[in-house]
Amino acid sequence: MTVVIVIAVLLVIVTGVQLLKIAELRAKSKGENIWEVKEKDGKFQASLMIVFLIAYMAYFFWQIYAWGDRVLPEPASEHGVPYDFLLNLTLGIISSVFVLTHIFLLYFAYKYAYSAKRKAYHFAHSNKLELIWTIVPSLALTVLILFGLNNWNKIMKPVPAETEHVLLELTGQQFTWTARYAGEDKKLGRSHVTLIEGANATGVDATDEFAKDDKIVKGEFHLPVNVPVQFVFRSIDIIHSAYMPHFRSQMNCVPGVKTQFNFVPTKTTAEMREITGNKDFNYILLCNKICGAAHYNMQMDIVVESKEDYEKWLAEQKSFVE
Amino acid sequence: MSTHHHHHEDFLFKYIFSTDHKMISKQFLITGFTMGFIGLVMSTLFRLQLGWPGESFEMVELLMGSWQENGIMAPDKYLALVTMHGTIMVFFLLTAGLSGTFSNLLIPLQIGARDMASGFLNMLSYWFFFLSSVLMLISLFVEGGAASAGWTIYPPLSALPQAIPGSGAGMTLWLFSMAIFIVSSLLGSLNYIVTIFNMRTKGMSMTRLPLTIWAFLFTAIIGVLSFPVLLSAALLLVMDRMFGTSFYLSDIYIGGQVLDHAGGSPILFEHLFWFLGHPEVYIVLLPALGITSEIISTMARKPIFGYRAMIGSMMAIGFLSFIVWGHHMFVTGMNPFLGAVFTFTTLLIAIPSAVKVFNYITTLWKGNIVYSPATLFSVGLVSTFITGGVTGLVLGNSALDINVHDTYFVVGHFHIVMGLSAIFGMFAGVYHWFPKLFGRMMNNKLGNLHFWTTIASAYGVFFPMHFLGLAGVPRRYYTNSEFPLFDNMVDINEFVSTFAVIALVAQLIFMFNFIYSAFRGPRAPQNPWKGTTLEWTTPVEHIHGNWYGEIPAVYRWPYDYSKVDENGEFLYGDDYIMQTTPMGENENDGGH
Repeated sequence: MTVVIVIAVLLVIVTGVQLLKIAELRAKSKGENIWEVKEKDGKFQASLMIVFLIAYMAYFFWQIYAWGDRVLPEPASEHGVPYDFLLNLTLGIISSVFVLTHIFLLYFAYKYAYSAKRKAYHFAHSNKLELIWTIVPSLALTVLILFGLNNWNKIMKPVPAETEHVLLELTGQQFTWTARYAGEDKKLGRSHVTLIEGANATGVDATDEFAKDDKIVKGEFHLPVNVPVQFVFRSIDIIHSAYMPHFRSQMNCVPGVKTQFNFVPTKTTAEMREITGNKDFNYILLCNKICGAAHYNMQMDIVVESKEDYEKWLAEQKSFVE
Repeated sequence: MSTHHHHHEDFLFKYIFSTDHKMISKQFLITGFTMGFIGLVMSTLFRLQLGWPGESFEMVELLMGSWQENGIMAPDKYLALVTMHGTIMVFFLLTAGLSGTFSNLLIPLQIGARDMASGFLNMLSYWFFFLSSVLMLISLFVEGGAASAGWTIYPPLSALPQAIPGSGAGMTLWLFSMAIFIVSSLLGSLNYIVTIFNMRTKGMSMTRLPLTIWAFLFTAIIGVLSFPVLLSAALLLVMDRMFGTSFYLSDIYIGGQVLDHAGGSPILFEHLFWFLGHPEVYIVLLPALGITSEIISTMARKPIFGYRAMIGSMMAIGFLSFIVWGHHMFVTGMNPFLGAVFTFTTLLIAIPSAVKVFNYITTLWKGNIVYSPATLFSVGLVSTFITGGVTGLVLGNSALDINVHDTYFVVGHFHIVMGLSAIFGMFAGVYHWFPKLFGRMMNNKLGNLHFWTTIASAYGVFFPMHFLGLAGVPRRYYTNSEFPLFDNMVDINEFVSTFAVIALVAQLIFMFNFIYSAFRGPRAPQNPWKGTTLEWTTPVEHIHGNWYGEIPAVYRWPYDYSKVDENGEFLYGDDYIMQTTPMGENENDGGH
């Protein structure tokens, strides 16, 4: 098999060389230089520019048609709504810019192909034009920047302590997640890697009063709908990233540093199953920062349910000292 | 320096330890392309895995040796391939290969100098590059395999062999290779800067420089200011790995034990890395923009539109590139206020970028475009620069980055805007200046075929990635099959991988054309594209000192194409006026 492939490749190369030589000799016999771009050939390449324009735009819209419904479903968090609005606004603006500039670029590339009968127009600069295409993008950007910063500041503001909320710590380690609820005292106990031992996989300090009622869960964690969740992220080995795409939420877990994020889940798992038409749908937490060989399979399920169901579930979980 | 003398050189000093910028340029080109081809094959291998996870491939079995079992690559080796692919493409192909080739070839030829300011440092620059390339390739074969922490080598993953086998000897070699690479880059850049400032020929004022030279100048300045920071980041990482310091490490429990490191922060590494890493994007991109500006103007037989605006926008991009690095770190837990500042500076880059795009398009408008393969690739660059550039508005906006960060949206974005644009610029440059590199011409028909197959397959590979990203598919996953959520992405992944294989085959057309033409192509005339710049006044054969006799003086800017008198007839009888042609009595010099 390998021998056959090698022979085939050699034959292709030899044929290619011979064909090139013939083409060169033919050009020479006609008194032409093979490397010179003939008007006819240039026109052909130019017409391919129009073919390319049509094909590229058709491809773009075909992808939207074929794959547009595979992007994430509607957001399941409060800030996800303005997030998606800004995303769609941005995608709308950039898609228009993309289509329009390509029409100009490729149409000009087609229209102004070399012709011996024409002269190019010596046009070196125009302050007016250059001013226009400095100012127009600036205005569009101002809108995007203002919207963006407004959203960003809202998203990144921690949940005020007096607001009723769930305090939840997510700890990443190769290649698993651990969730810890603050318990009734609403405070997470201290933790440190030096305390990791046996079942205490994230190093919670058993001597800390606040730690006693903390609840540690693996495999899946639950959230009450419409209650703010304040996340605290830790890692005990490598940088991980806690990515919860349906909630438009992502934050790195950095060893030695505590990071945070918060959101308000607005749709229960059951509601989302209906929206997506997928009865097996589950919210997920996945790792989105390269963290080792099994990085591709570091996940945890998230269940969003009514406050009553959530509290029932939480009550069934054992607290840390038990 | 001022005289050229033909002494007989032996092979060793003509081809190996040459101090001639033209030979060094070819050395960079061939080494860069070789590395690039290896990087391309790597990407095809891991695309096979992503397209058809768990299936057995003969190509994988043939090329990957112990890194696979029964034609299926191992997960950690997948990461090693991803890491090496990124490193090789960004640094070895698109930094050294691109800048090294064209800065070396064109700076002396276009500014009218006999050679670089220091031929010896220039030679050293190449040999350091060669050494670092060899070390990087050797690292593939050491115990534990090559570095596997991603091309951004974030610690602690890159610092701890317990975390991934590639962080052992492979990572050590990676760091040493990169340290040597940085030395090479600095030697080159310093040489370029000094040469451009000091060795321009008579009459070659800064506003008469071709845009290529401006681009190479900004590239070199950015490199000199940012690469040393990567060197310090790498050295601190070496200290953490080998001497027990804790610059980047703290509070780590791994492999069943707590490490002694305390007090460091991996975020520090990220800041240092991206202080180079973002300017690096423009180190890769600016030469390509310079090359294509020059080619589009020459081939459209028109002056580049907005010469000063083109320089100004490159300067703005270069400056801004130093104050946007934080947009790679929006989700590291950085202070939200800092994130807001980085959003602002990042989105500002869209303005000079837009100016460049519109100036390109206006240059084509009412031109008389001659379609060489270089023209095609230059138009292709404008397309990729737009397509990849606009999605930067999503990623650069911290409020939107949250949910697309580190997904395939990012992979699509930077491969198109940086990878494709830079490689298109490089291809355009090779087709256009091949007569100056090898004294021969490449075949146009094969070049055209190469362009159309490349752009079609490239968009086939990278465009669908935006949809994967918007569906939340993370990058650097060995397979997506562990998540039911991503089950409906299977056909998109197959689609992408199919085009990846086609893209590889398309590059074989180029390889064949390149090798054939270098040895057997038709002899080049002195000025095949009717360009105005000084390199087209040099003899076709390579001689030391570049010009027989005096270096020509320059009397005008490089873009006097299709200049007509009041009767609409071409000045001097043709549609281009060489820079060496003195100004006519009543001729308008346009302020240059």
